[in-house]
Amino acid sequence: MIFNTYINQMPKITYISHDNKKNTVEVQVGLSVMEGALQNSIEGIDADCGGSMACATCHVYVSENWLNKIEKIHDAEQDMLDMAYEPKKNSRLSCQIIMSDDLDGLEVTTPIKQT
Amino acid sequence: MIKTDAIIIGAGPTGLFAVHQLGIIGLKCEVIDNLDRAGGQCIELYPDKPIYDIPAIPECTGEELTNGLLKQVAPFKNNFHLNQRVEELKQENNLWILKTNKENFFSAPNVIIAGGVGSFEPRKITLKEAEKFEGSQIFYSVSNKNLFQNKKISIFGGGDSALDWALELSKTNQITLIHRRSEFRGANHTLNEVKKKEKEGKILIKTPYSLTSIEGDKIMTGIEIKHEDGKLEKIKSDYILSFFGLIMKLGPIAEWGLNIDKKTIPVNTETFQTNKEGIFAIGDICSYPGKLKLILSGFHEGALAARACFKRAKPNETYKFEFTTASKNIHDRLGLKK
Repeated sequence: MIFNTYINQMPKITYISHDNKKNTVEVQVGLSVMEGALQNSIEGIDADCGGSMACATCHVYVSENWLNKIEKIHDAEQDMLDMAYEPKKNSRLSCQIIMSDDLDGLEVTTPIKQT
Repeated sequence: MIKTDAIIIGAGPTGLFAVHQLGIIGLKCEVIDNLDRAGGQCIELYPDKPIYDIPAIPECTGEELTNGLLKQVAPFKNNFHLNQRVEELKQENNLWILKTNKENFFSAPNVIIAGGVGSFEPRKITLKEAEKFEGSQIFYSVSNKNLFQNKKISIFGGGDSALDWALELSKTNQITLIHRRSEFRGANHTLNEVKKKEKEGKILIKTPYSLTSIEGDKIMTGIEIKHEDGKLEKIKSDYILSFFGLIMKLGPIAEWGLNIDKKTIPVNTETFQTNKEGIFAIGDICSYPGKLKLILSGFHEGALAARACFKRAKPNETYKFEFTTASKNIHDRLGLKK
């Protein structure tokens, strides 16, 4: 029984809106934080280009305590973030953060708007 | 008023291949796009990035794909109406009448919307005050560089546009180049030139800074920028040039009475017709169960939409399926010599 509940459990992401409304959902391992948002109808992530890292409309702020736990940012993503709405030090493109068990409990905040 | 068989909105790969599919079945078309050149997202977002999933083309860039498609549609001598956006669409009997923001009018029984995620627009400065000075002292592109002579210009952005204009305008102006981080992503040699100008005192580089306010009532006098560590600084500015790339906006398409679901237009997968007769949607902008946002899907969708256009364009003729390898009609349309 314990075994069953264990394998059914998916890691959780908490999406926090710009006005601090929290929405915690389970997201399958291997999906991106962007896909997790779209599947769960989380507002505030547009993802116009569908995850090809060409638009910067899935921009999120990653909570400080998670920043060094997610995979490091690549140059191409950093370049694309220049185009995002009000990027900060903890900005990431959510299409580039891939969910794993280690990221269970991840918190990201969506900007006030994407464009 | 330009009259034709079909009007294609959007000159991306899907729109371009639809030109081809209309052409080989003998229909004429006109193409309208908001950008100044054909290619859509391929040319605007990733001209140099390779694409690996076009059948029989193991690898090509967005630019190569666009050039290949333009060559493929060249025999049909259709017109491209670039740099303009379709503003209005209305019905008159069996025809659709389109009006662009350049006051050009088109009329056709068929309209194919191949608009991707919408039309490209510059990403604007987010401060409310910026609207007031847009077009007079704040610009998102440079159309007349003669405006800038012995002025103080603050340029925002970290890519090629920002670097290129900083260099060019530094010849006759005082430039401050402001970017949110210390790395620039422009071409190396441009960056070296900019650094050289910085040493000569022609360009002042401010990184990592972002814009916090714009000063001035009727006339903008300066800006305030903030360092990453919180320090504020004022900079006198006659002009702001801001280069934060392009965003995509659905724009007027949303107001034509079409069903819209999450920024896409639901279609019937037999004809790619929308909820309005004679209006079709293909490529990234259309949605149906199982839809994949791939260029190859856009090609298929255009092929079917083109056949559906035939009935409305030539109601008294019968459409006959023909292969390009064997059809004399198609060879004539392609301008092939016997």
